[in-house]
Amino acid sequence: MEFVWFIFLPILAAILIPFLYKTIRNVHTGWFVLVIPVLLFIYYARFVKGILNGEVHISELPWIPSLDISFTAYMDGLSVLFSLLITGIGALVVLYSIFYLDKKREKLNNFYVYLLMFMTAMLGIVQSDNVISLYLFWELTSISSFLLIGYWFTKDRSRFGALKSMLITVFGGLMMLGGFVLLSIMGDSYSIRELIANAPQMVGHEYFTLAIVLILLGAFTKSAQFPFYIWLPDAMEAPTPVSAYLHSATMVKAGLYLVARFTPVFASSEVWIWLVTGIGLLTLFWGSFFAVKQTDLKAILAFSTVSQLGLIMSLFGASAVAYHVSGEGSAIFKFAAFAGIFHLINHAMFKGSLFMVAGIVDHETGTRDIRKLGGLMSIMPVSFTVAFIGSMSMAGLPPFGGFLSKELFLTSMLSLNEFNLFNFDTWGIVFPIVAWIASVFTFVYSFYFVFNTFAGKKKEQALPQKPQEAPFGMLISPVILAAIVVVIFFIPNLVAKAFVKPAVVAMQTGLYENPSDVAIHISAWHGWTPELFMTLGIIGVGFLLFITMARWQKLYDVQPQYLSLNALYDSMMMFGETGMNRLSRFYMTGLLRSYLMYMFFFIVTITTAALFIQDAFKVDMDSFSPVNAYGFLTAIIIIVAICMVIFAKTRLAAIIALGGVGYSVALFFVIYKAPDLALTQLVIETVSVALFLLAFRYLPEVKRHGETRKIRVGNFIIAAAVGVTVTLIALSAHSQKLIPSISQYYKDTVFTEAAGGNIVNVILVDYRGFDTLFEIAVLGIAAIGVYSMVKLRLSRKEKSDESK
Amino acid sequence: MEFIMAIVIGVLFMAAVYLILSRSLLRVILGTGLLSHGAHLLILTMGGLGGTSPPVLADGITDYADPLPQALILTAIVISFGVTAFIVVSFYRTYGEHGTDNMNLMKGNDEHD
Repeated sequence: MEFVWFIFLPILAAILIPFLYKTIRNVHTGWFVLVIPVLLFIYYARFVKGILNGEVHISELPWIPSLDISFTAYMDGLSVLFSLLITGIGALVVLYSIFYLDKKREKLNNFYVYLLMFMTAMLGIVQSDNVISLYLFWELTSISSFLLIGYWFTKDRSRFGALKSMLITVFGGLMMLGGFVLLSIMGDSYSIRELIANAPQMVGHEYFTLAIVLILLGAFTKSAQFPFYIWLPDAMEAPTPVSAYLHSATMVKAGLYLVARFTPVFASSEVWIWLVTGIGLLTLFWGSFFAVKQTDLKAILAFSTVSQLGLIMSLFGASAVAYHVSGEGSAIFKFAAFAGIFHLINHAMFKGSLFMVAGIVDHETGTRDIRKLGGLMSIMPVSFTVAFIGSMSMAGLPPFGGFLSKELFLTSMLSLNEFNLFNFDTWGIVFPIVAWIASVFTFVYSFYFVFNTFAGKKKEQALPQKPQEAPFGMLISPVILAAIVVVIFFIPNLVAKAFVKPAVVAMQTGLYENPSDVAIHISAWHGWTPELFMTLGIIGVGFLLFITMARWQKLYDVQPQYLSLNALYDSMMMFGETGMNRLSRFYMTGLLRSYLMYMFFFIVTITTAALFIQDAFKVDMDSFSPVNAYGFLTAIIIIVAICMVIFAKTRLAAIIALGGVGYSVALFFVIYKAPDLALTQLVIETVSVALFLLAFRYLPEVKRHGETRKIRVGNFIIAAAVGVTVTLIALSAHSQKLIPSISQYYKDTVFTEAAGGNIVNVILVDYRGFDTLFEIAVLGIAAIGVYSMVKLRLSRKEKSDESK
Repeated sequence: MEFIMAIVIGVLFMAAVYLILSRSLLRVILGTGLLSHGAHLLILTMGGLGGTSPPVLADGITDYADPLPQALILTAIVISFGVTAFIVVSFYRTYGEHGTDNMNLMKGNDEHD
């Protein structure tokens, strides 16, 4: 079986969910959903063994073969790791949601359909080898995230948050698509593997830097990097299982995945290294700094997620440095990729558990406001233990997984100091300093999160409901995650061997042959190194800051609200709405004349411009037929008739003059050997004039309605321009033909093919029979329209008469 | 002859556009009538005005007028009649409903945005 199909398993299963929800009401729909991620997790886990030895698996499903677009599942270390995270955490989140979402009150069918849709999209992102299908899945995650954030759609904040995340991530997605297109132009392929292989020929291409910036915009918006992170705190309006799943463990890591995946393509670029590392580090600091300001449990976690994503991003940026160094002393630069992947795993575990605890606290106390919480330790001991483990891991303390990855992170940042290309020898020192400061704040908000909620005085009277420990089922998932956090600390090298090293090899293709070549051994105790001193400093300063927090937290109020990024977003939205409204009101006047003026203006400009730019205006006097005396006479008659139409003072004169024009046209048809046309024109013109005269009694007199001279001159100018343009077209269209006319074909075959003599008639009823059929249909529709317009008026009048 | 026809077509279009841009709905309708005449003659002229006999097969004649533009125009004449009939009745209806043929007064209001 082609395993590319497994990407679509969740979304196919989603079709069944509404039926299951409607028919089996007494079983929580989540139990059915749970089967999917569990099955997929077991299936993807079977890949791990092969991946260890550096195997890759490819499975392809053609989509648009003519454009070289396909669904290609490419399984290497990175894809398997992400697939396992998506399905594994997905299973835990679904289990948790069964107890979190009430089966009677919530619309579970919607929720699980969106969630399964997301799962397919996310699996698609991490397995796609084709950039176009990757983009498709990328936008599908944005859409499912939009739907999940807006799940409680009756709340204003939910809809606001959903829209905000959608606008920002879809903007990034579109930029990324542009980047992909540029890449495919440079690398001549849509396949990521082939792009990586062709990377050397792309360097120095004029689009190269532009492609980097565009793809990074996609990655930064999705992974909530500065300054695009503002959507993530607002996305916290989603139900907590969604926050734990999409907005901390998986979707926001799609940007990281993208950066990791394209590292081999872009690593040679200075812009790439500076942007990814710099923005990552800035985000790390910014997120951790503002996390301390928050008072909502989930908001703290949201900012902490932003910050941790920045940390991993900066590591991925630093990992590209390894491509520029070789030989002696290059080993130290190889830590970054390893640390990034390792921390990604750790973060998924501890942040998932913390979100679930935040959800439990919300669920059991009725509030997430940290100012109202406190002293829950004795009431909710299990939740406290999970939160404690998660927070300590986040703060980077032993004996938890986060300690190990924090140490590796500091090692990598210190190593940048020794890199001597791209101005890193002067600016490199900034990286470890910022990393250290950010780590201090990380320490502070980790303590703030766990101790202000669970320690201190009980404030039960402030809580909306009486707190109690969560039900057993709700605790399973966070406890499993917390257990993994502890286990990772004790068997880090096993985790590294199974997951991290294969992913590093996939991320840094070209540097390693085999996962076992990644010569990094993690040890909790690594001597009195600079990293350890930095960690001790973090703990000391962080603890001091935490104790004195109440005194300096006020400092955050110094920043005025109108100077924040959110205010910028809001004013942009306001400007977009009112500005666009004003713009469209400016030209949408509601007057037919204005709209026609725009049309005629553009017809004239575009046609004449095309005529002259293409050098298409040619008059071939020789091809003209000789002047015909009757024709000349008719031309004079028709022009006189036209003038009469324009200057007629009465409606009768105007209608008769119009008839005169029509009959003159019929005369032209006679002169130019078109008897069928002449006959038709005569009949039609007669009927038209009769129609006008029938309606005549009800028509108003010709009036100018106060048209000023200025308006008339304006109209005349436009009219003259159109007239001249059409004259030019008529002349040049006659004088030069781009392709020969097909008339000869009709002349030759009319008798042999259609057994007719009158060529015009045969064309109409035989060669172009369908055209004529539809023409009759159009006439029929017009007749119905005419009839109903006359009828409708009468019936309404009758009705209003009755009501009187 | 094509040159003269091109000028006639230009005048037809100019008059049509001038009328269509005016405020009186009646003149707009007269304009559309002229516009369709202009279009028909334009198609005819593009194909060329040569040919000594109508496009009906007959013994010993080879120089027919171009049948293709004629076929196109025949369709166009009928369709433009349909359009004219529809517009005239809709004008009749509009005038009966609103009591005016001033285009400036028929521009809707903010409620229709």
